[in-house]
Amino acid sequence: MTLSAAAAKSVPAVQVEGLHKRFGENEVLKGVSLSAAQGEVVALIGSSGSGKSTLLRCINLLETPDDGRVLIQGEEIAMKKDRAGRAQPADSRQVDRIRQRCGMVFQSFNLWTHMTVLENIIEAPVHVLGRNREEAVARAESLLAKVGLSAKRDAYPSQMSGGQQQRAAIARMLAMDPQVMLFDEPTSALDPELVGEVLKVMRDLANEGATMLLVTHEMAFAREVSHKVVFLHQGRIEEQGTPDELFGNPQSERCRQFLMREGGR
Amino acid sequence: MLDLLSYGATGWGDELLQGAGMTLLVAVLAYLIGLGAGCLTAAAKLSGPLPLRWLAATYTTVVRGVPALLVIWLLFYGGSGLVGWMAGLFGYGGRVELSAFAVGVASVGLVSGAYAAEVIRGAVQAVPKGQLEAARALGMHRLLILRRILAPQALRYALPGLGNVWQMTLKDTTLVSVVSLAELMRQAYVASGSTRQPFLFYLVAALVYLVITTLSETGFRALSRRADRGVRRATA
Repeated sequence: MTLSAAAAKSVPAVQVEGLHKRFGENEVLKGVSLSAAQGEVVALIGSSGSGKSTLLRCINLLETPDDGRVLIQGEEIAMKKDRAGRAQPADSRQVDRIRQRCGMVFQSFNLWTHMTVLENIIEAPVHVLGRNREEAVARAESLLAKVGLSAKRDAYPSQMSGGQQQRAAIARMLAMDPQVMLFDEPTSALDPELVGEVLKVMRDLANEGATMLLVTHEMAFAREVSHKVVFLHQGRIEEQGTPDELFGNPQSERCRQFLMREGGR
Repeated sequence: MLDLLSYGATGWGDELLQGAGMTLLVAVLAYLIGLGAGCLTAAAKLSGPLPLRWLAATYTTVVRGVPALLVIWLLFYGGSGLVGWMAGLFGYGGRVELSAFAVGVASVGLVSGAYAAEVIRGAVQAVPKGQLEAARALGMHRLLILRRILAPQALRYALPGLGNVWQMTLKDTTLVSVVSLAELMRQAYVASGSTRQPFLFYLVAALVYLVITTLSETGFRALSRRADRGVRRATA
């Protein structure tokens, strides 16, 4: 390993410090700090309303944090205060650039309904990265093969099952070659029999060394693929550790209770 | 009786046809102005700074709340007064009369724009938020999202309403006959006056309007089918 590669390795892929976010009166994040190393898979768990999705959405600035710092591969997202005193990104171009490196998969897939699967996948590579179309199509086809959807190349999202749509959405994210992948409850909207096909694709990504932050209710999957599990409770990190530590021997009472409830489902 | 409709010096066919042409010209120009004004007004209402939002709200409230006929009168007389006053500033003292065509297009366009603005605003708001979030999350910038995602999706919701606005705009052009613009309604009126066959000429005019609206409805349906690609219809 060269010196610079070693240095890159030591910079966390994602680093969050003292993150605060409130919606009106409701403070959803009350000072959260977290980091994910290059190639690390971090699972965020907690009951609904614990702030785990908001935390994920603050990392790519889909939500604007009120306070705190977000760094992607060491690059801090510059923030400023607007006239009303609310925090705003200082440079929207920097945010766009960061987002190109931070792919996101949503609970409700959010494939563009007016485009075919292939068009969905090549849209950002062609119009954001300026890749040429043939190149983008070839890459999209290999990604579709990877997620097992080659036959659905020209289908519209409305013609596909939820599991197929989510796999296509993952392919759309991968087409941007993201350095960090954010998964926001990717299987929560799926029928139980379709969850497995999506988890399989995600497991492959984890095994290939992708850096992933994953909000999930799939405890078995979190335990299996993640290197670190973070338990959030009411906007704070209550406990974090390796899957074996956290699932095998949770230290906090709340985490213990949460795992019992989730395990009993 | 039908030779009254013939083409030439004795019949009114050529006048009616010219009138229909004028009606279409005024309607199309007014509709285009309306679409432009509607887009700008909707944008101001949805994400403009406060003064612009206020201006947009005043425009749609006033113009939709006042009969179109009055908008035409106000623009015709108010417009000549305004232009006369401005001409006076440059030392021109004569009386100014605006062309009936310009006033007709401007006033019908103004009315069309107020309705189009509401249709477009509703359509933009109907686009699911997740569709735009997905685009933002991929690093697409605002204008690119507008062009590639928001506009095509909003068009799908807007087209039925914009089709209605078009029909309304077409019919509003009849009101421009009050400032003596030689459009279809005016020609039918003149013809029925000089031949004492009002029923015949108004019936023919009605049929011409019906042909135009029927054809344009077919056109809008085809546009809708194209904009709806990829969407399963509830009633297919």
